[in-house]
Formats: sequence, structure tokens, C-alpha cells
Amino acid sequence: MTEPKASYPADLRYSKEHEWVRLEGTVGTVGITFYAQSELGDVVFVDLPQKGRALVAAEELGTIESVKAVSEIYAPMSGEVLEANESLRDQPEKVNADPYGEGWLIKMKVTEPSELEGLLTAEGYKKYVEEGGH
Amino acid sequence: MQPEAAGLRRTPLNAVIRKAGAKLVDFAGWEMPVQFRSVIDEHLAVRTRAGLFDVSHMGEIRVEGRDALALLQSLTPSDVGGLGLGQAQYTALLTPQATFVDDILIYRRGEDRFLLCVNASNTDKDFRYVRENASGSVRVEDASAEFAQLALQGPRAVVILSRVADQEVGSVPAYRFLEGSVRGVPAILSRTGYTGEDGFEIYLAPDRAEEIWLALLQAGAEDGLVPCGLGARDTLRLEARMLLYGNDIDETVTPLEAGLGFMVRLEKGEFQGSGVLRRQKERGVERKLMGFEMTDRGIPRHGYPLRVGSREVGQVTSGTFAPFLKKSIGLGYVPAEAARIGQEIEVLIRGSAVPGRIIRTPFYKRPS
Repeated sequence: MTEPKASYPADLRYSKEHEWVRLEGTVGTVGITFYAQSELGDVVFVDLPQKGRALVAAEELGTIESVKAVSEIYAPMSGEVLEANESLRDQPEKVNADPYGEGWLIKMKVTEPSELEGLLTAEGYKKYVEEGGH
Repeated sequence: MQPEAAGLRRTPLNAVIRKAGAKLVDFAGWEMPVQFRSVIDEHLAVRTRAGLFDVSHMGEIRVEGRDALALLQSLTPSDVGGLGLGQAQYTALLTPQATFVDDILIYRRGEDRFLLCVNASNTDKDFRYVRENASGSVRVEDASAEFAQLALQGPRAVVILSRVADQEVGSVPAYRFLEGSVRGVPAILSRTGYTGEDGFEIYLAPDRAEEIWLALLQAGAEDGLVPCGLGARDTLRLEARMLLYGNDIDETVTPLEAGLGFMVRLEKGEFQGSGVLRRQKERGVERKLMGFEMTDRGIPRHGYPLRVGSREVGQVTSGTFAPFLKKSIGLGYVPAEAARIGQEIEVLIRGSAVPGRIIRTPFYKRPS
């Protein structure tokens, strides 16, 4: 596992449960943050929802497991699952290596775009993590 | 972000480990490194090169005197009398019901001088138990504060230790130890471990631990030696089917049920639980600790329900994704009639029954 620097891309919004969402039109891409993957350690298993599943913001959408721990992933926004990142089935380590890129978890059709306002900005999330992250 | 948890005990290596950026956790009341960089990288380093662990949280109990041997014979199922000077033995302290007070290593340092290495979480309990059972001429002392302990493990461990030890260590056989020294620092150099690899466990004075930790890391740098945390220690021991007290064994199971029959020597005479073990040996045990692998996606973990033929028979006692074998494995107690290689089982993982099968253990055996 390489040790890239902690980063907080400005084009993302963040949840207090350490998920990020990138909203493009009505399509939201969701993943876990650099901080989250770093806290988890080596990711070895990712369990993601099927296409078509309806999600309500803050609902559990799947689980992610490192060697040592199981962690729930929560939907940062409401909507419907368009696609799960199937490549994580064989290469779950992408979540560690590239949490904001190839390690994305799901794409969803966002039904309540206004929920974005309830999420943290990059600056707000950085502050949140630096204060302890919980 | 390394909050200082209140009330945790620290080993003499805490400062140097913190400085190395390890992730620290509460383990049995001790602030211990769970990982330095990555559990998987550390695990693979020990399998292919070498790793260095701080295991100073482990307890040490000194048992000495004319009646020391008789005391240990009465509390363990193994033949401590068969232990030569300079030999170590893996055994157990048993209750009168033949269940585990603890699993321990006994070092024979002299005719009447023994040192017990015990689990951190059980040190106080073990000390009281041994002392309460002592009679005649025997001193029982909790010597835990006198020792730091480092575990140097992996195929390169002996070569690395040879560079800094003041004695020749390569010819020390497994489960034997030297009263030697490392860079002039007196140490017990024990060819034992908890990873399934060759290596040494090194007992030394706490105030010299940091300099020897650094000397070993430096001596092993060219071989790819890395510091390792308890995360890798746990996955390594499980691949090698070494048991963890509190998970796989406790005060409800016996050595015969746990598959540790090799430590049971009924012919040595009466000892704590010998009657129970004799009956179990005659009639067979009702349940047995078996190893399994998952045949579908999912990672078994401690406490998950374990099923045979859709009947819940118990729980997973230890489970993980095994980094070297690259599959999910676990241990659990199953009824004797199901305790056979190839038996299909199921683990209930967050509500889903995921199939697996009982396989031979150890899951991993190092190439000889």
C-alpha cells in the first residue's frame, strides 16, 4: 500500500460518515474518503448494492471490509443505484490506492439534489477530520 | 491523529512505535500498534522476509524452588518434567474441569527455575492461580515488569539476529533458548514464535528494549525487515492455526476439544482436569475445533454463527481474510460427527448464509 498524502478534492461533497459524492447533473458518484480508507487499512472485500436499488440518504448501502474490520457504507444522498463498481470484486485494493478515482463504489441517480447542501464542503470536511473525524 | 487513550498501559517501545507512525489500539488494556503501514504488507514480509513485533505486553511469571516442578506438573496437562534445561514447552494452565485458564510457554532455566510466558489479558489471573495452588518450597512472582519482549519472525530472522547477537543462534533448535545477549544486552533468545515462521522471541530488560529494537531494524534493513503490528500477528497465527485465548480457547473448552491433544500426557499422573481428559480420551469429545475455508464470497469473523446442515452449531471463533493464502478462512467448534475434512458448513454473515467447507489445518505450513 502506498502512502499518498491526505487529500480533499474541492469538487466533492462529504458526509460525516466519510463518504464523498461527485454530482454531475443528476448522476452522483459515491466513494469513501482518503481518511476513511486510511482508517480502515487494507480493503479486502466490498459488498455493494444491485442496480435499481432505491436509497434514502443516510441508509446503509453496503459494507466494506479490511483485514481487521467491517465498516458500513451509508448513502450520502437519496436516489437509485445506476451502477456498482464491479472491478472492486477482484481488486478491492483500489479503494486504498485511489479512493477518489478508480476506487469509487456506486453511481446513483440523485432524486433530491437539494440534499447536497446538507453535506460538507472540502474545507468543512478537512476541518471535521482534523478535529477527530467523529 | 493519535488520541492518547486514558488509562492504557504502554510498553517500553511505545515512543519509538509512535514515532514510526503506527496506528495504535487498545489491546487487553495496552496501547499497542495494530499496524505500521499495512497489515497485508506486514503479513507478507513475515512470510517472505522478516518482521519485528513488540510483544512486551505479554506477561512473565517466575516459578522457582524445590517444589516448582511439582506445582507446574499439577496445573498443566503436559510433562514439564521431560523439559530439559534450555527447553521451552507450549502448554496450558487448566481448571479442575480441564478447561483453559490460559495457554502458556514454559521455559526451564534451571533444575528448579521456570519462567512462564502468558497472555497479557490473563497475567493477573494466571499469577493468582499459580500462587493459590503453590505449596511447599516454591516462589511465584509476577516478573512482567522485568521484561520487554520482541518477536523477530520470518525466513530471514535467524540471519538478521546473527548479526547482532553475541552468541551463535543459528544452531539453536526450535523450542530451545539461549541465555545470551544482543549487542551486550542480556537476553533470553528463544526459537519460538506465533506466526508459523522460523524466528526468535527475545526477552530483555525494558530499559534496553528501544536500542535493541532499533539495532535489529537496522541490521535487517538489507533483508527487508519491517516493524509489524498486532494485525499481522493475528492473521499470521491464524493461517498457521495457532490459537488465540479468548477467541478459540477459554474456560469453557479443553485441550482435546481444541485439537491440542499433543500437550496432554495422561501417563504423567493426576493433574488439574486429568479425570475429565481421561474420560474425553476414552469416549471421544463431543465437539472439536476445526478449520474451514469459505467457498463463496464473504469473510468469517469472530462471533458469526456457524451452521452445519442449516443447524446452528456454534460460532466462528477466529476468522479472517488470509493475506498469504488469499482466501477467507476461519476456526470454529463443530459437533464430533461433523468434524471431518470436506464437511460443508455455512457462516451467517450479516443475515446471509455463506457456504464453506472444513479443510485440513494448518492452513499454512512453511516450506521445510
